Amino acid sequence: MLDKTFLVKVGLAEMLKGGVIMDVTNAEQAKIAEDAGAVAVMALERIPADIRADGGVARMSNPKMIKEIMDTVSIPVMAKCRIGHFAEAQVLQAIGVDFIDESEVLTPADEKNHIWKHDFKVPFVCGCRDLGEALRRIAEGAAMIRTKGEAGSGNIVEAVRHMRAVQTEIKRIQTLRDDELMSYAKNLGAPLELVQYVKENGKLPVPNFSAGGIATPADAALMMQLGAETNFVGSGIFKSEDPAARAKAIVLATTHYDDPDMVARASEGLGEAMPGLEMSAIPEEEQLNKRGW
Amino acid sequence: MAKIGILALQGDFYRHSLAVRRLEHEAVLVKDEAALKKCDKLIIPGGESTTFLHLMEKLNLRQPLLEFGREKAIMGTCAGLITLSKSAGHLPFPPLGLIDITVERNAYGRQVDSFVDTIRLNVNGTERPYEGVFIRAPKIAALGSDVRPLAWHKDDVVMAASENILVATFHPELTDDLRIHAYFIEQVG
Repeated sequence: MLDKTFLVKVGLAEMLKGGVIMDVTNAEQAKIAEDAGAVAVMALERIPADIRADGGVARMSNPKMIKEIMDTVSIPVMAKCRIGHFAEAQVLQAIGVDFIDESEVLTPADEKNHIWKHDFKVPFVCGCRDLGEALRRIAEGAAMIRTKGEAGSGNIVEAVRHMRAVQTEIKRIQTLRDDELMSYAKNLGAPLELVQYVKENGKLPVPNFSAGGIATPADAALMMQLGAETNFVGSGIFKSEDPAARAKAIVLATTHYDDPDMVARASEGLGEAMPGLEMSAIPEEEQLNKRGW
Repeated sequence: MAKIGILALQGDFYRHSLAVRRLEHEAVLVKDEAALKKCDKLIIPGGESTTFLHLMEKLNLRQPLLEFGREKAIMGTCAGLITLSKSAGHLPFPPLGLIDITVERNAYGRQVDSFVDTIRLNVNGTERPYEGVFIRAPKIAALGSDVRPLAWHKDDVVMAASENILVATFHPELTDDLRIHAYFIEQVG
């Protein structure tokens, strides 16, 4: 399935592995992220915790602000468009962002369809809650998948749920006979050839990252041990007491996720983490992870 | 069977480990000095060079890597090339300077300018085609007198070596063609 265009898209996702991608809202934060060792930044006007607090329609960020960030850092710059809003994606590609996140954090523009991402030269990352959703996005052309978690919550529980769901289904598929795959694909709502790929390789055809709720170095280590290949951290850094120190600590814990002594040292003296929300405090209709189809 | 270390602070170290194993050598993921000391050769993978340099300082790996590179062979691809170079722009710390090349980072542009194209590889006296995968790739702006060019894309040198350091601006680990890994393991250093 790797034609040259797709190889180049997935290639950038491969380069981001084992790292931390940080949400930033201006050039100054982008510099803090780069200086902390981020592998990429996600440029957006409001971080998810503020989108949640402010309410209203959340849209693609102002291109001027994204360009300022692109001019400030040498690492890749990502930006978000609304689910199904291919015109916002066209704008982001025209500006020259390195990765587009078709994201449930923004208000969806289409309640039925996602963007046909094969039409673009810029690679896309999309969120998922389970394997079927991941494979549908890959079939549409996503070059990277991130489990959704619950953005802006500071609560890791949804991220864990989604990562475990994907990994469990991958293991389940590997136990199936070839003649059971068609029925399984039908129930997953995913293309047969991608289900066959998962059975043969025991993994997704593109890198699988984690997002939504990471607030501490131990959260980062947990997601890596559960199978994430990189961590997206949104509100967790710039909603904490000391963003620069916390950013560095999460980078270190992501590299040394399997070394508890190192994660312990990274966790010392960081000041307060973001407060965080119980999932029961977020009404079902306000949960961002329920967006996407 | 040689022990080939792959610096695993960040980046596509897993892809390099697959290439090493396909050539029937042992791949060792290196995150600290103890693991580095066990290796016969080292690969610094693609990834983000700024992240590599931050983590090398934080984890006190600069001195051990310099000592390793003075005695043993190292291959660097893309960000690995930047890390091994003498100078490259906009880095938080100086690169290791183990090979006398000057590098221009992201020289082709941003991700929309990334590409796959046939390059001319000449490691054993004859030019052969090779599919080069260039991702936000750097360019080698200048080579020192002890550095030999080994591959070209159009007029640009995209792979070069000194006595024991091999560098490429592209990603041999993203293709199934093992010639460059085999050359490094069998013939460099």
